Parts: sequence; structure tokens; C-alpha cells
Amino acid sequence: MKTSSIIILIAIAAAIGGLLMYSVDFSTYDTIQSAKEKQGEYVHLIAKLDKTKPIEYDALKDPNYLTFFAVDSLGSSAKVVYFNPKPADLEKSERVVLKGRMEGDVFQCDNILLKCPSKYKDEKSVLESNIGQY
Amino acid sequence: MEFLNEHLLPGQIGHFFILLAFVSALFATIAFFKSHLSKTEQDRTAWLKLARGVFFTEMVSLFIVFGLLYYICANHYYEYLYAYKHSSLELEPKYLLACIWEGQEGSFLLWAMWHSVLGTVVILTAKKREALVMTVVNAAQVFLIVMLLGIYIAGAKVGSSPFSLTRNELEGAIFSRADYLNFIQDGIGLNILLRNYWMVIHPPVLFLGFASTLIPVGFAFSSLIKKDWGEWIKPVLPWALFSGLALGTGIMMGGKWAYESLSFGGYWAWDPVENASFVPWLILIAGLHCMVIYKSTGRALRASYVFTILAYLFVLYSTFLTRTGVLGDTSVHSFTEAGKMMNILIGIYVLGVSIPVFILFFKNYKHIPAIHKEENISAREFWMFIGSMILFLSGIFIIAVTSLPVYNTVFGINIADPPDREFTYNKVMVLVAIVVGLLTGAGQFLKYKGTTKKYFLSKIVWPVVISAAIYLLIVIFNPLKYSVKGPGFLFAINVALFASIFSVIANFLYIKNVMKWKMKAAGSAITHFGFAMMIAGMIISSGNKEVISDNSKTGLFIPFDKDPTGRNAENPMENLTLLKGVPTEMGKYTVTYEKDSASPIEKTRVFYKVNFVERTADGKKGEVFSLWPDSYKMKDNALTSNPDTRHYLTHDVFTYVSTISVNNDEEDTTSFKTNEMHIGDTAFYENGYIVLNAIEKNPNNDRFRFTDQDTALVADLTVFSKEGTSYKLYPGLTVSNMTIAFLDDTSITQNMYVRFSGITKDDQFKIGIKEHKKLTEFIAIKAYIFPYINLVWLGLVIMAAGFLVAILHRANASKSLSILSLILIVGALIFLFLFANA
Repeated sequence: MKTSSIIILIAIAAAIGGLLMYSVDFSTYDTIQSAKEKQGEYVHLIAKLDKTKPIEYDALKDPNYLTFFAVDSLGSSAKVVYFNPKPADLEKSERVVLKGRMEGDVFQCDNILLKCPSKYKDEKSVLESNIGQY
Repeated sequence: MEFLNEHLLPGQIGHFFILLAFVSALFATIAFFKSHLSKTEQDRTAWLKLARGVFFTEMVSLFIVFGLLYYICANHYYEYLYAYKHSSLELEPKYLLACIWEGQEGSFLLWAMWHSVLGTVVILTAKKREALVMTVVNAAQVFLIVMLLGIYIAGAKVGSSPFSLTRNELEGAIFSRADYLNFIQDGIGLNILLRNYWMVIHPPVLFLGFASTLIPVGFAFSSLIKKDWGEWIKPVLPWALFSGLALGTGIMMGGKWAYESLSFGGYWAWDPVENASFVPWLILIAGLHCMVIYKSTGRALRASYVFTILAYLFVLYSTFLTRTGVLGDTSVHSFTEAGKMMNILIGIYVLGVSIPVFILFFKNYKHIPAIHKEENISAREFWMFIGSMILFLSGIFIIAVTSLPVYNTVFGINIADPPDREFTYNKVMVLVAIVVGLLTGAGQFLKYKGTTKKYFLSKIVWPVVISAAIYLLIVIFNPLKYSVKGPGFLFAINVALFASIFSVIANFLYIKNVMKWKMKAAGSAITHFGFAMMIAGMIISSGNKEVISDNSKTGLFIPFDKDPTGRNAENPMENLTLLKGVPTEMGKYTVTYEKDSASPIEKTRVFYKVNFVERTADGKKGEVFSLWPDSYKMKDNALTSNPDTRHYLTHDVFTYVSTISVNNDEEDTTSFKTNEMHIGDTAFYENGYIVLNAIEKNPNNDRFRFTDQDTALVADLTVFSKEGTSYKLYPGLTVSNMTIAFLDDTSITQNMYVRFSGITKDDQFKIGIKEHKKLTEFIAIKAYIFPYINLVWLGLVIMAAGFLVAILHRANASKSLSILSLILIVGALIFLFLFANA
């Protein structure tokens, strides 16, 4: 294996490396405030469901429309619109990671990741709270 | 305090055998290595005999531990945390195995058991390499079994035992009572996502794949110690092929499980857990090709070493990613945090075996023979090496992107997943698919050390012509429609489709024209044929996947100038609401949610019967079938859905429930409000009015079958709702043996019951109306059509068969053994992938 093959290999490696650089546009974790400053840019919000405000979802009328309010640890709040069914345990979630774009004051969300106590049954505290019920 | 009703004996025995297994592994490592170091033949045999004995002790211990763990789970001994966490009374027996490998300890145990089974095969077959390969196997066992120890060394808990007791691990008021066990009525049980038959079989096969990557490292180690360089390649080839088979099949079993039981709508989502097992496979396959190159030409020996060790290192790295909780926010199904000490142990295991072998490799690098003469560009080995590099680099790309949470943890930065994760991988991997398709197709017509132009061109013409013709037929009759990602990507997947068809045809013609149907040696061509077919199936089924529950296509949705919800054209409307009993149009089907029924075994599981009626082009009723998607509704209202799929030869209709109506269990206390009506009269209800059209005596029609002997009256009512919709209702009344029976009718959409309750003295008809406040029962479903998905599964099975043929050929297996194992394994795979759930 000499010149010609090495050149081809380097060319392939360079091409793949270039593709990598070009193709992976990582996004960022943001607060509601900083997301509002980055209008239209794709971000991840780490927030909590605002339980004082209503969750609007009526699957009978439109199963693809959900709105609710999210608050983050700094206290800012934003309305979230999500064009998919409501995740069943949204109300129980302790924390949500919302992916999408801020448009005006409304967060257009296309993915919701929930952190629910029930999902982490392996955690000691969860097991203990379960034992504590007896 | 003496606790009552505990069964401590199995745990004590279990603890003992874990310790015995650990000590045996330690001792076997030393003994096998001692046997290698022995100067005299007598010493060598003595040490080897001893080492084997200790190794079998270790293996038997592990199987006993497994048996005991199964015993405590099967008997629901909740005094053990493992049984409490993973088993429950309602669990069907077949899932008891799944609940063993659901937990960290159980899956490490499974892994260690596979190591010992594979080790036995090494003892039986490896001859002069046995001692050194087994040194590596047992060293890895030491690291694995440490994680099951659960003993305290210098104040720190090392590992976690599957037999630890609930009362020692958890804190709770009940543990202050001697009879605490009476209060633990049931275990937490197996995660409902894992209650699928694939979960019984997929983890063992995947762990077999993981475990098998260790053996080639053992062979590499043996050659580095013995300094006999390339000599390990011949005996290691069947092992490397076996890894490719087990790991590849295990991964796709995970895909089939996801397809059948998860509701993300597909078999592959580039989830970190999936990627973490796919990357070692890619590197393993790269290494396998290098080994074949070495065997035929003497080249690529160094690369064979590197890829062999890296494949194993990445198996362990993937364990680290999925077991330590580092993935956290990015994965749907990563395991939870195992505790700091456990993370350190896993970390040590990652580096413990692979790093020493790597160091040995670099120390000997200069001595490992390599050919420095330039390769001929028309030589097969040149292009095979290029292909290996592509596979390797694509694996590095995948793991580099997947490791994002690791960078965040290590460097304290805060970057998140790219917006469209799947596309990030797809747009790179489609290019890999193009190159791999072309190489695996054209490569078959290249010869080692150089090919004449004439030979190559004469062989390549037909594959190109035939595949181009097939590709054109697809473009004309069933073109790829995936244009969401722009024309560039659509073009790329079209090229990839052509490349994989080309590879299918080329490998077929290679078997036919060059191999002349000598199947014994055709392993590689069969494998490539199956692999290319799988890729073609993936491109077609994903590229033309169609969401048929899309509201914007059902005609129910009327686009506004400006939607009040802020919806625009790109926002999905992929879920369709089905009211119970109301036929709704969806794609070419009219679907009706007919009823639901609770599972007889699992309390929280409900099956929904959704009836599909196909509408054909000429307006006639086509095929009729029912699907039973189901969901688990947990105590806290969380919903987990399992899809149901109608399988056809050419496509799958795939449906799952995305939302269900919440039933208030309040008593229905409202009663009938009776209206006295003449024919033609109107009565009002909350949401509109009803008209009494006629009264029929003993009707004999589609709905009722009365004869002249009966005494039956049926009211013909029309309901007009405020929304402008109207429905027909037919409440009835029969008299027999001096008793009156009511045949009530209901309008589900209007939440209304009507009853024909009698006739007044002045010949008015009494029509009762009952409106209940209960919510209408409905489900929202999402439904897809996956075209030609069977190509994926069939391709996989053919690929597995090819691997198997190659293993048997390389291992010089006897004819009867070859035929038997082919029939058994391929038969099982065909059944599992194509028929088990069809």
C-alpha cells in the first residue's frame, strides 16, 4: 500500500471529516429568556410545567394540538405549542426538556422529553417511597 | 430482631457461588497463563488441567447463581431486592427470564455466562492457543464478576449482588416490624415496555454478540505473546464471523422489538443505545475484511489487530454509555445511574483488558510483518481495504455524535442534540450505503492482486444492466417519495437504492456464474446479498413510509386562511381521533373503534379493537380486518402503547393508540326524561332535537328480525344536533309472557340513550331520553403503512445464513453438522422474523 492508495484514503477521510463538520449542527440548552433572544433558532429548553396555568388539550376536537405554560428555574414563563398528542404523564413530570423554536412569545415545540418519577423505578428514593406506602 | 417468613438460604448459597466464581476466575487466569509459561510439557499439561478444572468450577457456579436468581424471581421472594424490583405476581412465566436481564446484575451475569460457554468452545478447539486465549477470557471474567460481588472492601462497597436484601438496601417504616414481608404484597415488576417476546430472546443474543468479541482479542493477544504474528488469523476467522452473526442478529432483533412493541414508528431511531451496539459491529466487520485480506494476500495484518481490539473496546464503551446514566436526557431507554462505585468498576472493565493488549500491540508494531509494495488499483484487496476504512470511519462518526453527553460531562460544556437527530445520521450513512453497495457488488468481480480489464468488464455488464432495469421499474411504478429533506437527499437515497440493488444482483450473478452454485464457499456472497437486500428494504420502507392517519389527508380537516392555533403547513396532524362506534375515513380504509377489552392476565392492559374496511377504487367494500393495538394505563394515568400490525407480503399496516379518553368512574345517576309524542313530533335535548318519524310493528330488516308471532314495536327517530349532523336511532319495545323488554338505542357522539318506554292512553308514544355527562369514549390512533418491510427482515435472515455458511466453511465443519446447524438457526430466524407475529 503506497502513494495512490494512501492518497485515496486521505481523500476519503478528508471528505468524511468535511461532511461531519458540515452536517452536524448541534443545538444548545437554553433558558426561556435566552431562547426569546434567539428567535427562530432551534434550542433545547429545560423547564417545568407551570401547574398554575391550564393545559389545553382536547383530543376529541384535535388530537394534534396541545398548549401549556412552562416555567424555568429563573422564573421566566412561556406558552408552549405542540402539534402532537399530549404525553400521558405530562402532569406528573418533574422536569421537561422541550425541543423547538421560540417564535414571538410562543415556543413552537416539536419534541418533549419528560423526567417522571415513575420512569426511574430503579432509583432508591422511588423504591423507598413505594415501600413507604405499606 | 428475627424477621418472619424470609427465605434466606437461596441468597446465602447464591452469595457463596458468586464468590466462588470470582475466585475461580482469578485463579483460572493465573493458571492458564502459568501453563503458557511452563518450560516442560509435563508442567504445561498439569497447569492446563488445573486451569480447566477451575474454569469449569467458575462456569458451573455462574449457572447456579443464575438458577437461584430465577428461583427467587419465580417464587416472588420479595425479601430480595432483585425480585422486588423486577418481578411481580401477574408476570407471565415467559417474562421471568426478561426480568432477570432487565436489571444491571442479571445482564452482567448473562454476559459472564456467555463468556464461559464460549470459553468452553475455545478449550475444545483452540489447541496450542488455548492457554493464552483463556487467560484473556478469564481476566475479563474477573472484571465482570467483581460487579456482582457486593462486598465491602476498606469501607467501600464493591459491586452489587443480585441477592442483596430489600430490608438492607431500602429504608422504610415497615422494616422495623418482624413481619414486614406481609406488607409487601407485590413487586414492582417488569417494565411494561419490555413485556414482549423479543425481550426474552433479544438480550441473550445481543449479549452473546458482545461476549463473542472478546475471543478474537484473546487470539490477537496469543499471537502478540507468541510472536507468531499472522498465524492467529486462520483460527480466529470463524470467531470473527460468529461475532458478526451474533451481534448483527442481536441488533436487528432489537430493531424488530422496537418495531413491534414501541410506538416510535420504526425499527431504528439512531437512539444512543442502538448506536452503541451498532458501532462495534461496524468496526468488527471492518476487521473481518482485513483478516480476509491478510489470508489471501498477506496485507492488512496490523489493521486486523487494531480493528479487533477496537471492536471489543467499543463494546465496552457502549456498556459504559448505557449503564452509567451518562446519556440521561438524550436516550429513551438508557439505564439509570448505577452509583459512583459501579461507574468506576465499569470504567475499569472498559480499559482493563483492551488497554494491555493495545500496549502489547504497539510495543510489537515494528515486528508485525507488513507488505510495503504498492497495491494494484485493480486488486480486490485494495477496494476491500477502502470498504473497511469506510465502515470504520462511519462507526467513528456515529460514536462521535452519540458521545455528546460525555463531552458535556467531561468538559463541562452545554451543547445539545442536533435538531433532527435521525437526519444527522441518515445524511452521512446514505453516502456510506452508496459506497458499500457499489463495493460489495463490483468487488466480487475483482481478483486478488490484480484483475484484467477484460475480465472485470465482461462480468460487470450484466449486473449493471439488470439492476438499472429493476431500478427503472421502481422509479416508474413505485418511486421514492421522501422529499421532505430536499432534492439533494432524495437524489442520494435514489443512488443508494440503485447501489444496493446492484449489489443484490451482482452477488446473485457471482454465485450463479462464478461460484457455479457451490454454496459451501459462497458465504461471503450470500452475506453481501442479504445485507444489500436489507439496505434496499430499509430505503424503500423508510423512504415511502406513509402516515395514513394524517388528518390533513383524511378530508376531515379544512384548512383555514389562518389557523387560530397558529398551525402551519409543516406542523404534523398525524393522529386521528376515533369515537367509539363511529366509522371514520383514514387513507383507503374506513376505520371504526369498536370496543375494548381488558387483558385477562395483566390488570392494567387494555386492547382496543379497531376495525378496518378497505374501500376499493370502484366504491366496493374491499378487505375487512381488525387490529388490536393495546395500552397499559398505569396508576398515575401514564399510558404506554404497544402497536398492532397487519402484515402483508408487500407492506405492513401499523397502528398504535396515542391517546385514550379518560373515563370518570362516577355513577351514572341521570335517568330517562320521558317525552310523550305523536308521529312527526319533536322533542328537545341539550344539544339539539329528535323527530319521531314512524312506529313500526314487528319490523324485519337489517336491524331487527321479528316475525308475526312477536309483539314488538320500534320507533324510527332522527336526531338533529346543533352542529348540523343527523343520526338515526331505533329504540324498540317487546312484550312476551306479560313482561316488557326495552331495546334501548344510543348515540355515542351525542352522549345520549333513547328508550321507547310505552304508549299513553291517548295514543301518544313515550320516548325517554337520557343524556349522561360522561365523556365520550374515544381513542386517537396513529397509523402507518410500511411498504416492503419484509425485505428488511428477509435480507437480515439471508445475511445471517451467509455468515453461518462462512463460519462452517472456515471451521471445516462436517457436512451433517453444517446442514443441521443451518436448518436449526436459519429456521428459527425465519420463524422469529417473518412468521412469529404475522
